[in-house]
Amino acid sequence: MQLTGAEIVVRCLQEEGVEHVFGYPGGAVLFIYDELFKQDKVKHILVRHEQGALHAADGYARSTSKVGVALVTSGPGVTNAVTGIATAYTDSIPLVVITGQVPTHAIGEDAFQECDTVGITRPCVKHNFLVRNVEDIAATIKRAFYIASTGRPGPVVVDIPKDVTANKTDFSYPSTVSMRSYNPVTKGHPGQIKKAIQLLATAQRPMIYTGGGVILGDASAELTQLVKTLGFPCTNTLMGLGGYPATDRQFVGMLGMHGTYEANLAMQNCDVLFAIGARFDDRVIGNPKHFFDPKRTIIHVDVDPSSISKRVKVDVPIVGNVRDVLKEFNKQLDAGKTHMDAAALKSWWAQIEEWRGRDCLKYDRASAIIKPQYVVQKLYEITKGDAIVTSDVGQHQMWAAQFYKFVKPRRWINSGGLGTMGFGLPAAIGAQLANPKATVACVTGEASIQMCIQELSTCKQYKLPLKVITLNNRYMGMVRQWQEFFHGNRYAESYMDALPDFVKLAQAYGHVGMRIDKPADVEGALKEAFARKKDLVFMDFITDQTENVYPMVPGGKGLSEMILV
Amino acid sequence: MRHIVSVLLENEAGALSRVAGLFSARGYNIESLTVAPTEDATMSRMTIVTSGSDEVLEQITKQLNKLVDVVKVVDLSEGEHIERELMLVKLRAVGKDREEMKRMADIFRGRIIDVTDKDYTVELTGTCAKLDAFLKAIDSSAILETVRTGASGIGRGDRVLKV
Repeated sequence: MQLTGAEIVVRCLQEEGVEHVFGYPGGAVLFIYDELFKQDKVKHILVRHEQGALHAADGYARSTSKVGVALVTSGPGVTNAVTGIATAYTDSIPLVVITGQVPTHAIGEDAFQECDTVGITRPCVKHNFLVRNVEDIAATIKRAFYIASTGRPGPVVVDIPKDVTANKTDFSYPSTVSMRSYNPVTKGHPGQIKKAIQLLATAQRPMIYTGGGVILGDASAELTQLVKTLGFPCTNTLMGLGGYPATDRQFVGMLGMHGTYEANLAMQNCDVLFAIGARFDDRVIGNPKHFFDPKRTIIHVDVDPSSISKRVKVDVPIVGNVRDVLKEFNKQLDAGKTHMDAAALKSWWAQIEEWRGRDCLKYDRASAIIKPQYVVQKLYEITKGDAIVTSDVGQHQMWAAQFYKFVKPRRWINSGGLGTMGFGLPAAIGAQLANPKATVACVTGEASIQMCIQELSTCKQYKLPLKVITLNNRYMGMVRQWQEFFHGNRYAESYMDALPDFVKLAQAYGHVGMRIDKPADVEGALKEAFARKKDLVFMDFITDQTENVYPMVPGGKGLSEMILV
Repeated sequence: MRHIVSVLLENEAGALSRVAGLFSARGYNIESLTVAPTEDATMSRMTIVTSGSDEVLEQITKQLNKLVDVVKVVDLSEGEHIERELMLVKLRAVGKDREEMKRMADIFRGRIIDVTDKDYTVELTGTCAKLDAFLKAIDSSAILETVRTGASGIGRGDRVLKV
């Protein structure tokens, strides 16, 4: 029996085991929506803006290890989705984005709601396709899922013209994919691993630095075993939090622009650096010229060869799937022939403990105004460190990263690379749908939340009991902080004037709203909110306007040039 | 340093713009870029002349390999190779210049492929440097028009780029 292109699209999603598709209908995808309507295996989640669809699919993918799926229409549907696609691309999140296109005969004629989707998305996708024939849909979707989820993951766009979704052909879903031009490496080179272990054994001041690759590669168990065996200090990047349990003594905190004193100094002063699934980006090591030390040796494990020696020259590159590579490390170390330098490690740890003693994350706990750090700390305690926490972008994001101790992977969901404000709420939608029993909190600010606030309506429709924690300081806090530090306190356009009454706004969307403005009320309010298992509670915490995120490495500086509180 | 990078890629719509987009997005130089299908019609071969430090070239090679449509990448300049570029030059050829232009074309092993009473069109093949040398040797006011293909490159002997 022949199927239409639209039926084939939906059948492909079913074959891939897709349970949720995040999308927004429109002219070019109407045949596909018609087919979604006729079945109940794939559930469609209607967002209120295409950016929300992408972030929700992204949050879905980050909180599981599945591929997130979004469906949008041509033209503005696609351009609205671009921010979400770019967000996923920068953080290497596997997504398949199906976009409608005007009919093939109208392509290039400036048709209504036409845009060059493949052209617009090309720089921010792992790959994209324009499907010109109905016969190609099944094989293309198969490839899209394969490319999105293998190697270094990323978003893949499949653009399908409307007539292609109406045409008919025989359907069979390919069981395998073979592409001569795409064969990602998995196993690391055993010789290189051996060489790396020999190097680790000579280390006087070793440091393990891990990133999002450990999370995406589901390698945190392997990493934890490795760190324990080696006895070395371990730091995680913003994207790597939860890769190693933050409550463990060997964890020295996040590193980077707002990393801890001890993590940044250990990073700067180490003699053997073991980088795993991380990419030495500018927010992590600052200026590479300041980071460079000719006496330091660097081992780098990454699935993407182009991440190796991109910003920092690496001595022992190991290309491979982080999990497979770390397994091999653990295997070789278990053989027990290699011993680390215990005496050197002891004095290195003494140095690190001295740095840790600086207590770089301290803040005024007796403040009469709510300190944002205090809210996050109480959130951590009340959720027992077991919530999925999404965030937007800015100061609140950094405080969440610093003060919520993530002990497991895929619990911390934020836009680390692109820094997309508006990410947190829709990402929480995706995370909650993927993990219906989990407690999901969105830590946000009064500026970020307004960038995708319309998704509160989506939350109502699907009864998602999210907890929105707004750290409201009436400023775009991080912008204000930079203006205070680097622009002579001239707060150009960073004051959030004419804010809505968030309690009434939440209520208008059918949710529970709370406003908290006294430190003494923080704990009780959080407890009450989290006790409401079925309600979305929007909490508006009125926090200290002058609070800054410390430590801070100013842009272009080295890791040891931190501004401390 | 100047490098000649050969790329085998799937002969698909948009593959060229993926490569061109990569170079512009990451700020790599392109001196010239040529592309055409190979004996296997499903595959195209591209020759890119670029320049940069060893670190930049390492990144260019890695980033090209990362493109899903790219099958193979070789930096030809890393070993023995041959490069050729084709140029068509229209030269003013009147009066005493007529004889001079003919002589110059002969010296550079060029061929005159079109003749009018006022001009010659010369076809010249060689390395980019040879074509540059020809243009330098001619009085610039006599050069009416030039068109160059950009370099194509191939490895010497058993250096073969094939799937």
